[in-house]
Amino acid sequence: MNLAAQINSILAALILLTAFGLLVQRRIYGLLHLFAWQGLFLSISTAVVGYTAGAHHLYISSVLTLLLKVLLLPYILYVLIHRLQIHKDVETMLNVPTTMLIGIALVIFSYHLTSPIRELSTLVTRSTLAVALATVMLGLLMMITRRNAVTQIIGFLAMENGLFFAATSATYGMPLVVELGVALDILIAAFIFGIFFFHIRTTFDSLDVEQMNRLKEED
Amino acid sequence: MSQFESVLFSIILLLSTLAIIPLFIRRQKLLIYVTFSLTGISSIFAVLGGLWTVSGRVNQSIILPIGLPDLPIHLRLDPLSGFFLTVIGLLSFFVSIYSIGYIKAFVGKRSVTHLVIFYCIFLMGMFSVVLSDDAFSFLISWEVMAAASYFLVMFEDERTENRRAGFLYLVVAHVGAIAILLSFGIMAGAATGFKGFSGYTFDAMRQTEFSVGWAAAAFLLAFFGFAAKAGVIPLHIWLPEAHPVAPSNVSALMSGVMLKTAIYGIIRVTFDLIGDFPWWWGAVVLIFGLITALMGILYAIMQQDIKRLLAYSSVENIGVILIGIGLAMIFTSFEMPLLSALALTAALYHTLNHAMFKGLLFMGAGAVLHATKERNMEKMGGLIHKMPWTAALFLVGCVSISALPPFNGFVSEWLTFQAFLLSPSLPSPLLNLLIPLGATLVALTAALAAACFVKAFGVTFLGHWRGHHSPHIHEVDWFMRSGMILTAISCLVLGVAPTLVINWIDVLPEQLIGDRIAASAGEFGWLWLTPIAHERASYSGPIVLIVVLAVLLLAYILLHVRKSAIHRAPLWDCGFEKVTNRMQYNATSFSMPIRRIFGFLFSIKEQVLKGGKGGTLHYHLKVRDRFWGWLYMPVADISFYVARKIGRLQQGRIQAYLIYSFITIIVLLVFFR
Repeated sequence: MNLAAQINSILAALILLTAFGLLVQRRIYGLLHLFAWQGLFLSISTAVVGYTAGAHHLYISSVLTLLLKVLLLPYILYVLIHRLQIHKDVETMLNVPTTMLIGIALVIFSYHLTSPIRELSTLVTRSTLAVALATVMLGLLMMITRRNAVTQIIGFLAMENGLFFAATSATYGMPLVVELGVALDILIAAFIFGIFFFHIRTTFDSLDVEQMNRLKEED
Repeated sequence: MSQFESVLFSIILLLSTLAIIPLFIRRQKLLIYVTFSLTGISSIFAVLGGLWTVSGRVNQSIILPIGLPDLPIHLRLDPLSGFFLTVIGLLSFFVSIYSIGYIKAFVGKRSVTHLVIFYCIFLMGMFSVVLSDDAFSFLISWEVMAAASYFLVMFEDERTENRRAGFLYLVVAHVGAIAILLSFGIMAGAATGFKGFSGYTFDAMRQTEFSVGWAAAAFLLAFFGFAAKAGVIPLHIWLPEAHPVAPSNVSALMSGVMLKTAIYGIIRVTFDLIGDFPWWWGAVVLIFGLITALMGILYAIMQQDIKRLLAYSSVENIGVILIGIGLAMIFTSFEMPLLSALALTAALYHTLNHAMFKGLLFMGAGAVLHATKERNMEKMGGLIHKMPWTAALFLVGCVSISALPPFNGFVSEWLTFQAFLLSPSLPSPLLNLLIPLGATLVALTAALAAACFVKAFGVTFLGHWRGHHSPHIHEVDWFMRSGMILTAISCLVLGVAPTLVINWIDVLPEQLIGDRIAASAGEFGWLWLTPIAHERASYSGPIVLIVVLAVLLLAYILLHVRKSAIHRAPLWDCGFEKVTNRMQYNATSFSMPIRRIFGFLFSIKEQVLKGGKGGTLHYHLKVRDRFWGWLYMPVADISFYVARKIGRLQQGRIQAYLIYSFITIIVLLVFFR
């Protein structure tokens, strides 16, 4: 039992680490790799929780995560990046150290937020809830600080990873039906994003979301 | 057939009319005949149901198993709703007949299908407003009525002024509707202690003893909301915009009866739902009524557009009705039920009368518009020769609205006046100041109204045609004429037989206030109307009518017995040679003295320009409502300013939007975790 909790904590730390990695990585393929690694850690963590809690439907979730987030989505994004010939470098809005500092503040804030839950909960995974919340916030922070549409998608998917992690760590996972639905949603979202990338590209000749402020009403 | 069945039948008939309209879309003339006869029939059923409800003192309610889950629709037929059903049904019956002739003129020029559809929905909305017995169905009917009338105003939507007027109407109607919604929300909440939805029925509200604060809040909100619909100054601005541009049959209905649904709402909320109120509520209503009556008629006199003039005059009449209601509320709270019953009867009577004569006047204006394609009185004149029927009927309307006996306007204004004059000294110094002042203002208003309609009739129908070229003007057809004739007859009947009418509506004050005036009013039979005591005041419609008829007969005999008594000759030009029709006394010159006296109430832009060939002079006059500048422009400016500031949030950058949600999440987590 103790061992499982420790493994889970290590995985949580790795997930947090990849989340920070996503914040600082400037290369787009590097981002994809980090995202895939995050998915892998998530998948393993889900399987571990499923094993310790005896919730066998979590194995299915784990396999789904592996297939979708480690293999399929990175592959789709890889193909997109290749087809659209996106620059390999990603410009950020804020410089990296500042982003890191904000990220650290967010992690501390998440620990502060979840402290009452940690005291109340009896689950083995309770200590990882803060990490899950931090991952969600870091994903959002990533969406805010990046300009390229593809990186925004990766930020969004990282947020989703955080939510998924929160679900497994706080309640031993959602019902299977919900998880299947979420997985399907993510897949469809990825396709829609793909289509929109092409449209944004043809309209603006760029995937820089900054260009979209031309859509604003002038006064 | 019971009363309720008759009324429900009328609504079902309107619904089935809607259902068969698609069959006739290709044959527009037939569509007009079929639908307007069906709406006429359904109006008759509503009138019958209403009349019979009031006289039979019916108080019946049913619950329809439709509506939202757990919120079934409650309907009730009591004398108050019966009275308003009669008013609405009566005018819509006359207007339906008139509409056949009026709307036929549009055939071939534009499709009338949507006008017909919204006409049916509009009538249905008005009928169901007065039938509703819960806040939910009331508001739905209220909105149906507002939306349908909006589309009717927008009938000729290719003109900018129509779209502008329609938008203004929609905005004011919805601001009012929100206030009514909040008021019902407060009452429903107070009825259940803010613990559930079961308080939404009017029955629950009736049985609740509201605390002073909640009751006042509910009343003020409801008064604001209904005032926006009724056109109480300063919320009147939509009326003079929307009424002129709507088709005239619709303006007749909107002005004649739609405004009255707001009066119904005020009476229902104060006397019935809240029931127990302090005297200052009545003072609020009375003060707003006085301001509305006086300012309304002053604005009306300034107008050159005949339908705009009528719209402002509706504002004035709403003021007179509110004065009656305000007095009734004051007397009720000081426990003087007899006087209160008198004031309420006067208000209700004026409601009925105004529906009739304003309907008649709008129909007359519509007939003039139909014949001349002109709304500006400055370009009319001499129509009495070409449209004798319309002129005579319009004159009946003018005499009625000017409160001259033997027509109906006199009776109700006289009763309002009696309520003022008979009021004893009250235990409030404000009221002791307000009531004599109010009486004088009502007198002033009545005199100004007479001046206003002398102008309306004189400039339009008398004299000579002022336009540049005389168009081919013809009298309107028999459908329009008979609609107007029936309305004119009811104006006369309501003026000649007031005791019968008061007997009929007597049950309303009896149920709402607890006293009645029919016993004293009809003390001397149907011939004499003696509101409280015969030694104080009495009036006999029939005798006045006989005297008027005798004088007319005498004049006719004296003029026509000798053939040579009437002699037509060219106008004497005072020795000045070139007298043209444009030199006649016109609408602007008629109102000039009043414009000079009350000029400070208007924003007047007057300029004389010298220019053109031969030193011609141009005179420009623009009289506007001051309330635009005082009240509405600041509000509009502030909202634009705020909107521009808030518009800065729209960065057009995804990151910015994400930051907004991020900060929102963080703030929520910090403060509400």
